[in-house]
Amino acid sequence: MEPAPRPGPASLTELFLAFNWLALQGFGGVLAVVQRELVERKRWMTLDEFVEEWAVAQVMPGPNVINLGLMLGDRFFGWRGAAVTLLGLMTVPLVLVLCLGLVYSHFQNQPQVAGALRAMSAVAAGLIMATACKLLPALRKHVLGMPFCIGVAVVSFVAVALVRMPLMSVLLVVGGISCVLTWRKLKP
Amino acid sequence: MNIHMAPGDWLALFGQYLLLSLLSVSGAIGTVPDMHRYLVDQHGWLSDMQFNASIAIAQAAPGPNILFVALMGWNLGLNAGGGLGAGPHAWALGMFGLLVMMGGILLPSSLVTYNAARWGQRNRHRRSVRAFKQGMTPMVIGLLLSTGWVLVRNGAAEQHPVSAWVLALVSAVLVWRTRIHLLWLLGAGAILGAFGLV
Repeated sequence: MEPAPRPGPASLTELFLAFNWLALQGFGGVLAVVQRELVERKRWMTLDEFVEEWAVAQVMPGPNVINLGLMLGDRFFGWRGAAVTLLGLMTVPLVLVLCLGLVYSHFQNQPQVAGALRAMSAVAAGLIMATACKLLPALRKHVLGMPFCIGVAVVSFVAVALVRMPLMSVLLVVGGISCVLTWRKLKP
Repeated sequence: MNIHMAPGDWLALFGQYLLLSLLSVSGAIGTVPDMHRYLVDQHGWLSDMQFNASIAIAQAAPGPNILFVALMGWNLGLNAGGGLGAGPHAWALGMFGLLVMMGGILLPSSLVTYNAARWGQRNRHRRSVRAFKQGMTPMVIGLLLSTGWVLVRNGAAEQHPVSAWVLALVSAVLVWRTRIHLLWLLGAGAILGAFGLV
């Protein structure tokens, strides 16, 4: 039986507009928006594909949503598709962010504005910490066991946030040890 | 804020961001502590205020969070050009700073992802691929916590130590445990801050 034809973007323009629209909805967390737009509405990916590709996008260095866009754009239109999704994700939001930055620098000497932004940065910090907490369930199935994993997280936190060691050495040493131990525990 | 940037400084900055790009396993936000160490503590190219404002503005705006790097680059360039009031020369340097830092943070990671994604997808059952994915997870959690910590410590907590930490922790728990929209929290934070409570 012939597989049903996969829906996909008809043109580079459609791809660009889709990722532009997606980026403009992404306040704070894009994950939910990506899933809703690409899986539920456009049906360019199935849910299973989305979960797997998101995992790859997450493991690769770089911003997850941009990585996912690169991978998907490449699949539809090769490197041109990848370039177009990258531009789609960045251009309009970049202009918006720069405008906000200009507005802010104009009013930054007002104590209310400075105070508002200071408090917003505390909220933003909370959001990032919440993202860390949302990843905790992923440790439950981890081959190294929950306590050991929490140990790794705590050691990297202490090294980076409290001792302020360079990220490079922490990643190499702590991340390296963790990967090697995981590799030994996984069945070949 | 006024700084001097020699050509060698721009090059070092670009190199540092190329390196950070490859280290950004949890997304660039996980490398924020290292950016702070480099830009603010070590070189003094950005003020704490500019550093934190860049992140807060990018979080409050739609779009990929990576745009905080664009704002940092823009601010750094403006600092090098004598500030926003110094005219077109400073704006050009701001744009240059934006391109240097965004180019640096995106180029290596995008190339690696582009080339490795197909391979990784084909080989996702390989032991080495699974070991890398799983092995990095606990570390990524530690790095995200570090980012949150550094942002509060070097930002709001300098003026209002207790309320800043409370606000950050309450937001963290709400985002973690409920489906509340982030904009409500940012808005509430803005109001509390405008009234000088945080």
